[in-house]
Amino acid sequence: MTTAVAETGMIGALATKFRICPATGLRVDLAAERLIKANAVAAVVFLAIGGGFGLLVALTRWPAVHLLSSDLFYLALTAHGLDVLLMWIIFFEMAVLYFASAVILSSRIAAPRWGWVGFVLMIVGALMTNVAVLQGDSSVMFTSYVPMQARPHFYLGLILFAVGALIGCFIFLGTLVIAKEEKTYEGSIPLVTFGALTACIIAVFTIASGAIILIPTFLWSVGYIGHIDSLMYKLVWWAMGHSSQQINVSAHVAIWYLIAAVTVGAKPLSEKVSRTAFLLYILFLQLAAAHHMLVEPGLSSEWKIVNTSYMMYLAVLGSMIHGMTVPGSIEAAQRKSGFTRGVFEWLRKAPWGNPAFAGMFLSLVMFGFLGGISGVVLGTEQLNIMMHNTLYVPGHFHATVVAGTTLAFMAVTYLVVPLIFQREIVWPKLAKIQPYLFGIGASGISLFMMGAGTLGVARRHWDITFPALDVTLPYGYSPAASLMMGLNGLSAILAATGGVLYVAIVVASILFGKKVDASNAVAALGPMPKKVVHDAVAKYGDAGTWHLPGTYVLVGLFFTTFILYYFVNWKYLSELWPMQ
Amino acid sequence: MAEQPKTDSPAAPLERIPFMQRVLDNPFLLLFAGVVVPAVIYILWGVMEISQIPLVK
Repeated sequence: MTTAVAETGMIGALATKFRICPATGLRVDLAAERLIKANAVAAVVFLAIGGGFGLLVALTRWPAVHLLSSDLFYLALTAHGLDVLLMWIIFFEMAVLYFASAVILSSRIAAPRWGWVGFVLMIVGALMTNVAVLQGDSSVMFTSYVPMQARPHFYLGLILFAVGALIGCFIFLGTLVIAKEEKTYEGSIPLVTFGALTACIIAVFTIASGAIILIPTFLWSVGYIGHIDSLMYKLVWWAMGHSSQQINVSAHVAIWYLIAAVTVGAKPLSEKVSRTAFLLYILFLQLAAAHHMLVEPGLSSEWKIVNTSYMMYLAVLGSMIHGMTVPGSIEAAQRKSGFTRGVFEWLRKAPWGNPAFAGMFLSLVMFGFLGGISGVVLGTEQLNIMMHNTLYVPGHFHATVVAGTTLAFMAVTYLVVPLIFQREIVWPKLAKIQPYLFGIGASGISLFMMGAGTLGVARRHWDITFPALDVTLPYGYSPAASLMMGLNGLSAILAATGGVLYVAIVVASILFGKKVDASNAVAALGPMPKKVVHDAVAKYGDAGTWHLPGTYVLVGLFFTTFILYYFVNWKYLSELWPMQ
Repeated sequence: MAEQPKTDSPAAPLERIPFMQRVLDNPFLLLFAGVVVPAVIYILWGVMEISQIPLVK
């Protein structure tokens, strides 16, 4: 490792120590590196905890197993939602923000001590909230809808966690300013950093919304405020709850571009088009939160339709642009590398044995086909009424957050461990199959929950057969619903196996992996077509071609699926309310 | 990069950076827009509607 002291003429810069990454040639600020490591490790710990609770939830909802009592089920469901939807994701996103700013821009990080203050606040907050949940009387689930009340430290923990994350966002913005001042890059920031900026902006809105609603709710829990309006709570809470998942979307799209750039040298088809797609996210993606309010009588149709069916579609347009430009940029790079035979040689000969690439591409396909299409269906006011508050909703967000974001984060870990922790991945054969195990399991969870939701199975319910009532109910779910819940349980076992493998591989690699130096730096990143690390990730520039026959076929397949599924749902709706 | 000022010749005039690129290169303008747009369309508009719901007497 080469260590150098920057001499930029500024006091902060003089004290900053860098090393030169032997694989990418980027200057890595050691203070940023330590923060990335700490946040990434914390993220993996909370993924392990939250994933374990998720498996318990799935095994309870499987009628033939029905593992937990109702009390424990709601405790596990609350812990699962908080630990994976907030803790795992946001800790990892902090690591992504520091990586995308300080490392990709070869800059010193702004105010690293504040980064540690933020990290400690996030850890304390996460532990405090988990303790409240495990004490057993804060099983209010992820949404914590009032008038259900948790213990005060449940809300206080979330507030501390959010403040810590907000500090991380401002450090990211400060690092952009420093990098520009110290001219560590020329012109515009790289696309991956721009994607991270999008995530940061959405995070600021998300955290501000959280503060608006969680601070009064905390005061209500300690008795200083007498009443919180439940509809007002729900409106503002979802500006945090759903927008926090839009941070994920922006971050994982940035990671798609990053992995494609590192592994196959992919450059964006058009910097302008991809940045415009991110701009659509910045302006409109948060508005998708309104789909949680589509059956609330207190809000007008104008508010609902503008927020979902108009503005949200602009954000969907952004996702569809990325859905085309990411595989398109891979195809362009692969064709440039000589894989030009037929329509799909570029795809067949992509580095499928590299867990980073495989995880990224699976994440891209499953996010688009499962999460994207079902998101548009849920965001359509008329169709939403069929599956609102059914298992279709968790089915949708397991496609976006688990098959999409989590798998993308897992994939990039296979680059972060050698590049930042400077360790080789141990057990490369297991690492090769891990994204497939997790991806297939996650897509099964998503599909079967959406299937059960289409049959009307309610979300967040301990049981679908009601045996404890000891009465014959006049209504029962279709037998196919039990089949769906069983298949969901099996898929959860498969995903959990992939998750355990991921945690084991990462922990073992960090603790026991062979040290990475100049001799093995590129090989440590896994199989790649050209055995070199491309610099496309840190450079502005277009691929320079639109000859992408394979991508056009994939896009055609996507639109065909989208249109068929969308109109099938309108047909279901027409059968619910026949016109005579 | 595509839109950078050309510095090949000292006498060459600086190329004007397009408006959209200047917008996209300004993180704090994007931050402002990314907070204000959803705050107005989703939160403020929604709060106004909910606050107008008559209370049961």
